[in-house]
Amino acid sequence: MTISKQNFQFTIEAGKAERHYWQDLWRYRELFYILAWRDISVRYKQTVIGVLWAVLRPLLTMMIFVVVFSKIAKLPSEGVPYPIFVFAAMLPWTFFASSFSDASNSLIGNSNLISKVYFPRLIIPVASVFVSLVDFIISFVILLFLMAYYSYWPTWHIVTLPLFLGLGFFATLGAGVFVASLNVKYRDFRFVVPFIVQLGLYISPVGFSTTIVPEKYQLLYYLNPMVGVIDGFRWAISGGSTALNSTEVLVSGVVTTMLCLLGVVNFRKAEKTFADVI
Amino acid sequence: MTVAIKVENLSKKYIISHEKKTASYETFSGSLIQTGRNIGNRIINPFRRSETALGKEEFWALKDINFEINQGDKVGIIGRNGAGKSTLLKILSRITEPTSGKIHINGRIASLLEVGTGFHPELTGRENIYLNGAILGMSRQEVKLKFDEIVDFSEVEKFLDTPVKRYSSGMYMRLAFAVAAHLESEILVIDEVLAVGDAAFQKKCLGKMDDVSKVGRTVLFVSHNLTHIGKICSKAVYLEGGEVICSSSLNVAISKYIERDINGFEMAFKPLVDGAVRLQSVSVLSKDTKGVFLSTFNKELVIDVEFNLRLELNCVSFHLGIDTLLGVRVTTIDSKFNCFELEQLMPGVYKLNISLKDMKLMPGRYSISKFMIRDQSGEKACFLNNMVAFDVSDDLYQAPVGTGIILGEANWSLLK
Repeated sequence: MTISKQNFQFTIEAGKAERHYWQDLWRYRELFYILAWRDISVRYKQTVIGVLWAVLRPLLTMMIFVVVFSKIAKLPSEGVPYPIFVFAAMLPWTFFASSFSDASNSLIGNSNLISKVYFPRLIIPVASVFVSLVDFIISFVILLFLMAYYSYWPTWHIVTLPLFLGLGFFATLGAGVFVASLNVKYRDFRFVVPFIVQLGLYISPVGFSTTIVPEKYQLLYYLNPMVGVIDGFRWAISGGSTALNSTEVLVSGVVTTMLCLLGVVNFRKAEKTFADVI
Repeated sequence: MTVAIKVENLSKKYIISHEKKTASYETFSGSLIQTGRNIGNRIINPFRRSETALGKEEFWALKDINFEINQGDKVGIIGRNGAGKSTLLKILSRITEPTSGKIHINGRIASLLEVGTGFHPELTGRENIYLNGAILGMSRQEVKLKFDEIVDFSEVEKFLDTPVKRYSSGMYMRLAFAVAAHLESEILVIDEVLAVGDAAFQKKCLGKMDDVSKVGRTVLFVSHNLTHIGKICSKAVYLEGGEVICSSSLNVAISKYIERDINGFEMAFKPLVDGAVRLQSVSVLSKDTKGVFLSTFNKELVIDVEFNLRLELNCVSFHLGIDTLLGVRVTTIDSKFNCFELEQLMPGVYKLNISLKDMKLMPGRYSISKFMIRDQSGEKACFLNNMVAFDVSDDLYQAPVGTGIILGEANWSLLK
């Protein structure tokens, strides 16, 4: 780190770690890149087809969705080619699913670091969320090809995509950080997380449209922050031909903010004892 | 001199829970059930103490410790297992928080509690250098600048692009230490990292650490190997049961450490039994008032050993070893080599008198740490360790200035 040598003084005191925390987080930003880079470069080592997995997985999942929901269940897709309709939703969902489970296991996976080196622990789950962002970008490129194949051109709506991506990112981060810190003390979350991810797929509008949810349950449904994110994605990619109402985005934003606050506050509180209990 | 580290009333408490007999980690459901039970108990019997409190015990790993370390000091932290050394280092490295008390630190601190923290087996040597560097707090730029030096030190140049999982453990250790050794910081905290690796590697590491300390950096070093500490440190903090027993010069701290019978090193002789031999006493010339045996510098060293033999032995010879405080063997004397061998030794009580004339031990504390009786077959009839300590005093100030174990006798001549 490039710390000026003069007056680098500090005091270690019970309960006084707060003061340096956010400063340290900035100072250790390189560690953050490196941890993310490590996870990315390790992922496809010793695999035969390597990065191709990042392409194959979403493609195959999409095909299954097409067969099950479109061809067999014949669910409506609001006038958008069904593969694009599904893929646009799968982008944020896969991002959430993979980064949420990675983030929640990240602290335990790096327990050797936690018990031997100091750095702001928040770096670990955040870096793992960024790792999934790489997969997201690859999938996004696939989507572009898919759209070209169907000659489905985006409109100005597409520029709002980063906004929804941001919303999804923070929703994931909040949930991931929250569960990560709980996971250190209570290993039960190792079993809870895959369950949430599995169940979440059915209660999020990935294979179907939000419009088929009965009117009176809609508000309840919006409490799942990914509903707003997924519908937002669909809306931005389909150029406004799918429905998006401001309530769901708003609810999603509020829930996300709360998740992030809850996650970070809880994380900071638990962080002090990580090295002792992990 | 400026203070680099100032520790004030530092304490650290751990809660040991006795409830968990099988599961090593608390489970969420477990704690839910416990909470439920507690609430239940409260309702039934509101004045009883909560049940969880009974199963938990406080453990003070550090109790109100105080010491100061000046800038540029090389300080060894000594103490037996569980004395609180690692806890102290963990607090200093900010891995865990103290329960109470303060530490003022002046300067950038780098700690090395383990060699190769964060090394990823799938990554190559080159990648791991960057990764490990970042984990230890180096910037990419810094690592880049020192890359060649690190590679040189580690001697793994040929395998830089091989995943470290294919490395031999020696190569792995060398690479890991090389990265850490190139950390730039004013204060370096090192835990027992040299316990691994072969002798050549240890020597290299010690050399590197010596270099580091010569540039005026403060070093805190924990090791169980007093010889390693002796090579690097000039001061020491001696911890015992979470308290500082003494924080002073290395020799004083080590003497205290050893006086407390830490290494099984006895100040006063206690009878020992091994096989057919009962060792009744071991003594050195005279006794001083504190019960420490005393010998005088530049005088004959006389050792008496009294033993009770219960078996008949043939072709008997005796061996005796003398060690320094740090556990370095000064000499082994062998009666067979001095043509003192007994054809037959009947059971009975004997007193063996050993006189060493030309052994010029420098003033300091030594121990008679090995006594062995061998018989005909070369089998040990008796083998005893760490028996008694003695001091070599220098009341007349005859000893030359300087350090070392033995005073050498030489013939000098000067030519021109």
